[in-house]
Amino acid sequence: MLEVSNLACSRGDHLLFSDLNFSLSAGELLQVQGANGSGKTSLLRTLCGFMMPVAGEIRWRGQNIRELGDAFYAEMIYLGHLNAIKDELNALENLRISAGLAGCKVDDKQVIAALRRMGLRGRETLPVKVLSQGQRRRVALARLLLSNASLWILDEPLTALDVGAVELMQELIGKHLVSNGMVIYTTHQPLEVVGVATRWLALS
Amino acid sequence: MNKLSLIDLLSLVIRRDLVLAMRRRADVLTTLIFFVIVVSLFPLGVGPEMDMLRKMAPGVVWVAALLASMLSLGRMFSADYLDGTLEQMMLVPQSLSVLVLAKILAHWMVSGLPLVIMAPVLGLQFDMPTQALWVLIAALLLGTPILSMIGAVGAALTLGLRGGGALVSLLVLPLCIPVLIFGAGAVEAVVSGTSVGSHLSLLGALLLIALVFTPWVTALALRISME
Repeated sequence: MLEVSNLACSRGDHLLFSDLNFSLSAGELLQVQGANGSGKTSLLRTLCGFMMPVAGEIRWRGQNIRELGDAFYAEMIYLGHLNAIKDELNALENLRISAGLAGCKVDDKQVIAALRRMGLRGRETLPVKVLSQGQRRRVALARLLLSNASLWILDEPLTALDVGAVELMQELIGKHLVSNGMVIYTTHQPLEVVGVATRWLALS
Repeated sequence: MNKLSLIDLLSLVIRRDLVLAMRRRADVLTTLIFFVIVVSLFPLGVGPEMDMLRKMAPGVVWVAALLASMLSLGRMFSADYLDGTLEQMMLVPQSLSVLVLAKILAHWMVSGLPLVIMAPVLGLQFDMPTQALWVLIAALLLGTPILSMIGAVGAALTLGLRGGGALVSLLVLPLCIPVLIFGAGAVEAVVSGTSVGSHLSLLGALLLIALVFTPWVTALALRISME
């Protein structure tokens, strides 16, 4: 499904990695590992098409993602370091807008159900600026519940989350993989998904 | 497959930006008050000579509108850039140019339209005749969207740069000179009794050209800024 061949990325003049090859098919989980500055985020951003690779190719269902464009974006969801939520809006409005932009038709009931699932009961209509860092991260992660994208690209999804939320994430990832989804993520915390063998990709 | 229609995307982004602007009303008011103050300073500084004031009114209002629109450009993309929303917008499975157009329209409604509404009141300070006030409104209605569109290109190019605010003015102001010339020219024409039509048609033509090209150029500039 997702194939990466001979990929090389650079930041300015500094070459981060080169000759990177891997592929990911339905139901697989890939954890990108590496020290700070080894290019984990750059790899994920390149997969999203934000950065142009120096060399190599990224293919989705056999076609280059640059050529696919919108068709690729409709099947993937990216959660970056930044939560991409607006302080002035409440959690409900934030999710409604981000789901709307992704092209998902959701009603308020589904959004509220997603927020409750993420443990934000009673916080649905509070402005996001009064929420804690961990709660904001939960709002951002609730997007995963509303999306039907098959490829999840998660950059440090566990930052600021407490133990309960980490377990919930493991459960969500597990469910997504069972329904033939794909997940690529980076993390410095251990993440164990029941019943799935995690594949590792080490950047040095 | 998930796909928004273009109209849905336009209305969703415009509504979102308007709600955000209403929750941050201070930003909107700053632009408007700046415009009012700059225009009002001229009669105080130049003195109460009616003939001179009447002559310089169109130019003063237009220059003030130009400067006021520079003030709000920095906000067009920077907030979305800083909190990561812009990244998500690039991943929207729909044309980025249309999304950018929606942001430009919302920006104009928040920072351009109030200037258009305020301008005739300020024109009275300069003793502008009623006919000239109507032409001023028409010219500003055609011209201020162009300022937002050209400004969007500058704002996208300077995104994430330190001191981007001053740089964007240096980039954008020279490009706005034609708008200033035809906009102020239209009002002067009606005062001196010549044809207004040519000036307004040229402004309209500029608006159409900007409408076609600037969203696309802005989208390209945003992609470069995100790398």
